[in-house]
Amino acid sequence: MSQGITLNKITKLIGLGFLSDLKALFARKLVKEDFIKFLRKFVVPIASIFLFIGLWHLGAKSLYNTEANYKIEKALTERGQVAADEMKACIASGDVSCQPNTLPSPAQVWGSFQTLLEDHKVISSDKAAFIEKTAALNETRVAEGKDAIVYTGRPSFVDQIFTSLKTVFAGFLLALFIAVPIGVVIGLSKTLRSSVNWLIQIFKPVSPVVWLLLVFMIVKTLTKNSNSDSAFIISFISVGLCSMWATLVNTAMGVSSVDKDYINVAKVLKLGAFQKVFKVILPSSLPLIFTGLRITLSVAWMVLIAIELLAQSPGLGSFVWEEFQNGAIDSNSKIIVAMFVIGGIGFLLDRIMLTIQNMVSFNKNDGI
Amino acid sequence: MSTNTINNDLVTENGIVFPSEVMLDLKHLKKVYPTPKGDYTVLEDLNLQIMKEEFVTIIGHSGCGKTTMLSMIAGLNEISGGNISVLGNHIKGPGPDRGVIFQSPSLMPWMTSLQNVLLGVNQVFPHATKSQRNDIAKYYLQKVGLEDAFNKKASELSQGMQQRVGIARAFAIKPKVLLLDEPFGMLDSLTRGELQDILIEIWNKEKITAVMITHDVDEAIFLADRVVMMTSGPKAKIGDILNINFERPRTRKSVLEHNDYYKYRKHLIDFLEH
Ligand SMILES: Nc1ncnc2c1ncn2[C@@H]1O[C@H](COP(=O)(O)OP(=O)(O)OP(=O)(O)O)[C@@H](O)[C@H]1O
Ligand SMILES: [Mg+2]
Repeated sequence: MSQGITLNKITKLIGLGFLSDLKALFARKLVKEDFIKFLRKFVVPIASIFLFIGLWHLGAKSLYNTEANYKIEKALTERGQVAADEMKACIASGDVSCQPNTLPSPAQVWGSFQTLLEDHKVISSDKAAFIEKTAALNETRVAEGKDAIVYTGRPSFVDQIFTSLKTVFAGFLLALFIAVPIGVVIGLSKTLRSSVNWLIQIFKPVSPVVWLLLVFMIVKTLTKNSNSDSAFIISFISVGLCSMWATLVNTAMGVSSVDKDYINVAKVLKLGAFQKVFKVILPSSLPLIFTGLRITLSVAWMVLIAIELLAQSPGLGSFVWEEFQNGAIDSNSKIIVAMFVIGGIGFLLDRIMLTIQNMVSFNKNDGI
Repeated sequence: MSTNTINNDLVTENGIVFPSEVMLDLKHLKKVYPTPKGDYTVLEDLNLQIMKEEFVTIIGHSGCGKTTMLSMIAGLNEISGGNISVLGNHIKGPGPDRGVIFQSPSLMPWMTSLQNVLLGVNQVFPHATKSQRNDIAKYYLQKVGLEDAFNKKASELSQGMQQRVGIARAFAIKPKVLLLDEPFGMLDSLTRGELQDILIEIWNKEKITAVMITHDVDEAIFLADRVVMMTSGPKAKIGDILNINFERPRTRKSVLEHNDYYKYRKHLIDFLEH
């Protein structure tokens, strides 16, 4: 019994309340209304995913045909009937050289996904082998005071994911450490709030690209004489600056709109400034701060791809860009794999933030 | 009204003697709220003296300025004219010598009931040891019947239980004056009765001078030594004061059965309906 309650609590907390419905279904405890709820929460979403894949398949097929017809037509007008027939046969045979280049189908994307995983396996075993081979050598090199030899091969797709996560995490922490303290200070003072309001309103809508260029100008100069990883530094700082505004605004709002009753209690008890901030104001604005942080993380993840792409720092963004430049036969489907991975990770990050948000908020409300 | 002053002590009709000391003194109190349509004078030339260990209830029409007056005593609302003194000293802003029980319990929902009470106790008894402070907080929580809910989050308590914590928090800081603004207004009548009993039980023991606003005539009579009636605004002042001469400790039953009960009740209702 108590176990059931905790399971319920946990699934609610992470916003997956339907899991307990599912459990109840298997325990044959569901009455009719529950069954309808289960249909709505579980069956309908899955059905809509299948519907989406179906539509995608049909759309891709029609785009493929359009592109193929265009190719045949072009061969006909430029090089005559024979060339057109050859082109037709070539396309039908599935030859790589003449495939229409368009939106890939779900099956192709799935294939590319598996290729990428295979590729990762190969690369990581290569890397392991390399490290094993150079281990002894590196030991002596380090002993002699020389730099160790490191693996410099091409990163796999999975490596790119982790690089991106590292960057977004660093950017998020930067946003957290800048936006929350400033937000608290701004929230506490009406004068300060109105004085920085304009600045915030102006900087908030600035595009990630501009932030990147700005950070680039500064970091380039600062890191001139050091051999630090400036691409990483530039991209994580840009991500942090782009994404911190939601947290800044929400923190300031939370702090400035603390329930008047709480402030009165603090006044009657004559709490000192420190106690007032840490015992009353911050706890009561935590839910809003976390709402801000949740938006910040999702914005950070969204702009990260664009920033990596522009800053040429490794990660999913540059993966997408390279594939696009590459133009190989499976490049398009790899880009779409990346799209789903980016979306999926974004969703996961949001869930994690939602869970934390639900844990710290004192009015428990089920997130969507 | 029917009070005679002998050696400065306040003696009521059936001989209850209050110590002479004036705890709370409101002199020519005035409150003006600036509004877009010009100044609005809520209170003007309001005079009221409340003795030490006295329980005073305040009734008056909605919007007449009861909350305004109480929050001025608490120091949470600026005084536009006149002054308020506690034991002869003019008040300057809020302070723990005047404990407040608000209409909404105003507990910090992220804290447990014990932490909520401790928030005040820690502030008022900074030199006590941690366990002494814990004991004080627990003592008052027990007094309000929450011995099983020390570690419950305030947000998990019912309205009635939250207001019990509010009562414990107010008494635990041992204020000179206790200010209550319709503390039971949001509760159902059964819970309200329970909390009145709890309040009066603790009060009988601690005898903290109390000023309580209420809309409930029976509550006003049951709890008070004097019921203060305010005139309707604007420019509200004290309209009438009724001494309640029931002996203490009182029970609800003895009060209801008392011959004077309906006389008192009629007096108050006549005032409100005049
Ligand atoms: N901050 C304010 N600014 C302007 N007017 C105010 C303000 N606070 C209260 N008032 C006005 O002052 C009058 C008295 O308000 P107050 O809240 O003191 O009444 P009350 O007697 O406590 O009423 P109730 O019994 O409904 O609680 C009301 O007319 C109200 O509209
Ligand atoms: Mg009021």
